[in-house]
Amino acid sequence: MTAVWTSIVVLAVANFVIKAAGPVLLGGRELPRPVLDVIALLAPAILAALVVVGTFSEDRSLRIDAQTAGVAVAGAAFVLRASMLVAIFLGALTAALLRAL
Amino acid sequence: MMRRDSSSEFRTGIQAGLAFALPTFVLAVSFGVLARSLDWGVVAPIVFSAVVFSGSAQFAVADVLDAGGSAIAAIVAAILVNARFAVMGVAVASSLHGGRIRRALEAQATVDASWAIANRGGGRFERDVLIGATLPQYIAWVGGTALGVLVGDAVDAEALGLDVLFPAFFLGLLIEELRRGRRQVAAAAIACAVSLALVPLTPPGIPIIAACLGALLGLWGRRAP
Repeated sequence: MTAVWTSIVVLAVANFVIKAAGPVLLGGRELPRPVLDVIALLAPAILAALVVVGTFSEDRSLRIDAQTAGVAVAGAAFVLRASMLVAIFLGALTAALLRAL
Repeated sequence: MMRRDSSSEFRTGIQAGLAFALPTFVLAVSFGVLARSLDWGVVAPIVFSAVVFSGSAQFAVADVLDAGGSAIAAIVAAILVNARFAVMGVAVASSLHGGRIRRALEAQATVDASWAIANRGGGRFERDVLIGATLPQYIAWVGGTALGVLVGDAVDAEALGLDVLFPAFFLGLLIEELRRGRRQVAAAAIACAVSLALVPLTPPGIPIIAACLGALLGLWGRRAP
């Protein structure tokens, strides 16, 4: 089985379990506060890593190119409260235009 | 507040979910195109969208595998990205109905936009709105992926700037997180530093997993929520 299919099968199960865990195990009860505090910070930490690694790395080196510029423009649009669709469109447009030059 | 019946709440959810169907569809088409450009074939990306139904997890897998990472690294990264659904699941737990199996199935409707739409404040969620809002997004996600895969061969993803989509999508979710408070900003800053420092030193995928060290900040200086 390829890496893609392995990922699909494992994540189908994992995603189901992640979403079902709280409602099935807890009912209305809460997790301990420290656990919730760490879980709550997982999203910003991992998202930040995905953004910078996806934007600045190529294989094992760091770089700045048309993609970096596109992501920066999308980021500026998000900060100005643009919708997801508009911000991503502006970012892709920026990269496409830079490459067409 | 007047108690409305469940089918009207369900319709309210579907209407709210429709507003998110278009961006979901566009994102899904892009995912299909990019998956095709990564040589995933026609069937795998569509099945991926149908059984996992998570832009963040699917983009994370594409990111890690495209960078040469292993399936394990891709899976771990995707699970960590989606760990937020465990938190959302805990939040909606008391608002769902029925026994364990039914609650587990209803909990699958938990996606970012629907969770936010169904939130009634004070830890209460409207179950019918949650499920209704997810329905149009699911159709848009799977249908968009199929369309993207089918037209994928005719499209040059880089020339259209589509490689910006993954990181820009994550950046959008990140900025929402950063607006929640300073601890989120600090955790993200640590994650950036750790992951960029590791890029030249470790196999692909590891920098993203190591970045979750930033979340340990949650153990310090806690305050009441």
